[in-house]
Amino acid sequence: MFELLGVPPQVLMGQLLIGLINGSFYAVLSLGLAVIFGLLNIINFTHGAQYMMGAFVAWMLLNYLGIGYWPALVLSPLVVGAIGIVLERTMISRLYKLDHLYGLLLTFGLALIIQGLFRNYYGVSGLPYAIPPALQGGQNLGFMFLPNYRGWVIVASVIVCFGTWFMIEKTRLGAYLRAATENPELVGAFGINVPRMITLTYGFGVGLAAFAGVLAAPIYSVNPNMGADLIIVVFAVVVIGGMGSIMGAILTGFGLGIVEGLTRVFYPEGSAVVIFVIMAIVLMIKPEGLFGSST
Amino acid sequence: MSTTENTTKAALPAMTHTVGMPRHQKIIFVVLLAVLIALPFMVYPVFAMKVLCFALFACAFNLLLGFGGLLSFGHAAYFGMASYVCAHAAKVWGLTPELAILTGTATAAVLGLVIGSLAIRRQGIYFAMVTLAFAQMVYFFALQAEFTGGEDGIQSVPRNDLFGLLPMKDDLTFYFFVLAITYGGILFIYRITHSPFGQVLKSIRENEPRAVSLGYHVNRYKLMVFVLSATFAGLAGATKSQVFHLASLTDVHWTMSGEVVLMTLLGGMGTVLGPIVGAAIVVTMQNYLAYLGAWVTVIQGCIFVIGVLLFREGIIGVLSRILKKPL
Repeated sequence: MFELLGVPPQVLMGQLLIGLINGSFYAVLSLGLAVIFGLLNIINFTHGAQYMMGAFVAWMLLNYLGIGYWPALVLSPLVVGAIGIVLERTMISRLYKLDHLYGLLLTFGLALIIQGLFRNYYGVSGLPYAIPPALQGGQNLGFMFLPNYRGWVIVASVIVCFGTWFMIEKTRLGAYLRAATENPELVGAFGINVPRMITLTYGFGVGLAAFAGVLAAPIYSVNPNMGADLIIVVFAVVVIGGMGSIMGAILTGFGLGIVEGLTRVFYPEGSAVVIFVIMAIVLMIKPEGLFGSST
Repeated sequence: MSTTENTTKAALPAMTHTVGMPRHQKIIFVVLLAVLIALPFMVYPVFAMKVLCFALFACAFNLLLGFGGLLSFGHAAYFGMASYVCAHAAKVWGLTPELAILTGTATAAVLGLVIGSLAIRRQGIYFAMVTLAFAQMVYFFALQAEFTGGEDGIQSVPRNDLFGLLPMKDDLTFYFFVLAITYGGILFIYRITHSPFGQVLKSIRENEPRAVSLGYHVNRYKLMVFVLSATFAGLAGATKSQVFHLASLTDVHWTMSGEVVLMTLLGGMGTVLGPIVGAAIVVTMQNYLAYLGAWVTVIQGCIFVIGVLLFREGIIGVLSRILKKPL
């Protein structure tokens, strides 16, 4: 049995796996933030609440309607995305001409409302959500035990992240989107319905958050506060990566998850703050973020 | 990006330029003092002190947002850390209230200097996210550090004799000490915003590139107002821990940062009286609606949403427009 710096490999691999799982959530959430920010120029503070809603909608589908995990993985993002579209149409769209700060304040208020409502009806103790039968059990990889569901979370996040990257960077729709990010007036002049594109983009970004929520439901218990603290870490991830590039958001998310996992092995006390420390260092050396270009 | 910023900055209520305190503001400050002196005889003194502490906290925040144009989403860090250090100083070191509060305030100033010098490297919403993230780091520190007592906080903090002479156990007596601190703090903040320094800040808020072209070291001004704001937030937090004999995680949590934003937004950003009025309303609301539990969060969220969508000037901002006088 080999040891690395006095740490048994099972411990190291186990924490790396947890890090990779956290990294998956960071990546999917910061990707959603980056997509929304690119076109809407607002920071979606509601993102954490929408991630939580994704998990809750999956729980409700199962407990009220008997709809299982796999349909929920598609339905929940659609439902939460639709709610997001309503919010965008009725409220957020009124703020595009104002300072970005108002968008932040509005979405912060919305997050308070959503979290408060869920806390009233479901308490804070958390509701269990079972791992789907197809993904129960695990694989013995020789050097560690990999639970199937955790492996699936990583695979699903990678697929969704790269699917989004491909759509934005390589397809015609993505080209419109990138053009509208650069110059909405000009794209509008070419006959493309920019406001509708903005609305759908917000819905898509919110859907990504809800998707992450469904993935998280069997791992963590479904809890009204599950998104509130996570979103602040994701903000730090976004500051580190910079929101200029889609790939940057994905790589930073996974990378920081792994760094956090490693910290938990070698210096457990520092694991809660390591991402913030990295943020401080990045701000000192490259304030615009690792993948960022402008302010 | 810069074009939208210029057009939208105008949406923030502008402070009218005045040299010296205009007469109506002198009257307002005198009336305010009279009201605050009478307050503890009408309501429970601890409640009145809570209002005072949050009024100072909101004024400190408004100094940064309303006059500096910088939205910090992490002001709980300075408020809470000062509260912890002050409580520790009074309980473990046995310092008198004024020294304990000064120790707490100094901690907040140093913390503001460290975080501020990093945060001003980014602008706009990034600035808000950076301050929020650092405040969360401070929260985790408070959760894990030895002296903060983790989930329990620092409880039964003694209120020692003021200057080692005057007993402060009585809440009504202590109220007037708190009144002196907060009223002095608010006047000091008013003085800062109406000084040449404050005018430069305003110019940076309105048009940063232009301020740079006029030769101002913009980042130095931003850092200075950040540290000042953190210091006064710390003064408020330190005083609060003496008022309640308690420093806890609530004071450093991001919900506290959100509350001070709410107070300032509700009262009116960039107004003198706004944060005080906003703080009084929010604290009163929390006090009398406490039995509603999590609904208070929902109500606060609704005020945020309504405030941002329909009511961006805040209560005092609207009054000030109607009366055509800066309040």
